[in-house]
Amino acid sequence: MLLGSRDRSGGQAHHDHRGTLLFRRSRPAAGAVSTGASGRFRGEISKDGSTITYTLSYSGLEGTVEAHIHFALEESDLIRTRYPLLHDTCQVIADPLVRNLATLGGNLAHGDPANDHPATMLALGAEVVAAGPKGERRIPITSFFTGPFATALKPDEILVEIRVPIPPARSGGAYLKLERKVGDFATAAVAVQLTLAASGACDQVGIGLTSVGLTAIKATRAEAALKGNRPDDAAIKRAAQLCAEAAQPSEDLRGSVEYKRDMVRVLTARALRKALERAGEGR
Amino acid sequence: MWVKLSINGEKHEADVEPRLLLVHLIRDVLRLTGTHIGCDTTHCGACTVLMDGRAVKSCTVFAVQARDKQIMTVEGLEQDSKLHPLQQGFMAEHGLQCGYCTPGMLMTSYAFLKKHPAPNEEDIRRAISGNLCRCTGYVNIVKAIQYAAATLRQGGS
Repeated sequence: MLLGSRDRSGGQAHHDHRGTLLFRRSRPAAGAVSTGASGRFRGEISKDGSTITYTLSYSGLEGTVEAHIHFALEESDLIRTRYPLLHDTCQVIADPLVRNLATLGGNLAHGDPANDHPATMLALGAEVVAAGPKGERRIPITSFFTGPFATALKPDEILVEIRVPIPPARSGGAYLKLERKVGDFATAAVAVQLTLAASGACDQVGIGLTSVGLTAIKATRAEAALKGNRPDDAAIKRAAQLCAEAAQPSEDLRGSVEYKRDMVRVLTARALRKALERAGEGR
Repeated sequence: MWVKLSINGEKHEADVEPRLLLVHLIRDVLRLTGTHIGCDTTHCGACTVLMDGRAVKSCTVFAVQARDKQIMTVEGLEQDSKLHPLQQGFMAEHGLQCGYCTPGMLMTSYAFLKKHPAPNEEDIRRAISGNLCRCTGYVNIVKAIQYAAATLRQGGS
């Protein structure tokens, strides 16, 4: 039996077989169970330097996975320096006690459009690995979220790995979330990951939007507008506007459609500036 | 499923359903009722216990996930009939009104002070952000934690 991790709100359940692990270092054969010793979160960079693969610790109970737990990401210098976007994200998920248990994999596999990591992984250009009876397959994060609480995982598959490209030099990222109080879902949130060319122009840009649509949204038009251009005030303003237009929020107790759209605009501009600042610091 | 675990240094074992939550094991099976259940949905933090030193909401943990773990509950704070400085602090600074959130506040603070012996107010407020006090008595809770931090730094026990 496999037990899934809690969703980010810590709400009851969703103890399905999906959504348990994520960054992994090793795992048992599909369908098998493990009672191996608990490990700690660990990041490993592949030989060709192209991919960083993270841990996973199997603990006591058969099949229960406690890795990629948010506190481990939050406390990791590797994450803070290499992935400031991921580090930002982990600090605003739920509350510290929930982060002591909740996992990144669960946050993704739950498929909740209000979860924070989907937008972050869209911005980072991640890829997930699903494992089932027929073996493993890789799924680009862009085709992973298929609807509210729905993912590309099949009923007999589990998410066993998340692969995140290593940002090159002159990269930076940031996650900005507007929430009513600690532990709440985002009213709106924006994830930005970018890399500057030597010329100062944007070489790579990824932008993900949280909680303003049926799934997390990749703001492709804003990305395209920035790519190849210098991220000056006018470019940032334009990208922020395009993100606001890409948002498809619905009205609820957190605000009206217009308000949320405008918050996407504001958060995008701020996240871009923060990411640029970090890229300049060589992060 | 058979679960063996240690609570406050004492070994316990029980045959439990896989769906049983740790907080229910602690309260209903092992009869340690100091740990409270406030919301049962991992929002309020009243059920906070330490699991291998980390503060977790015990309604987020299945009992079977606590297998072979070291659990500490509020009953483990008092040693040799002497209240822990945190408990003394909550008394001295009126850190509780109705008292419902107190076990969770104490356990979260205990884990926090182990790692941050000299926190400022902002650190404390961030640390207890997963624990809700419906009496809204946060000001005195923060003072109580500061009291305990000072006592512990002076070598008090």
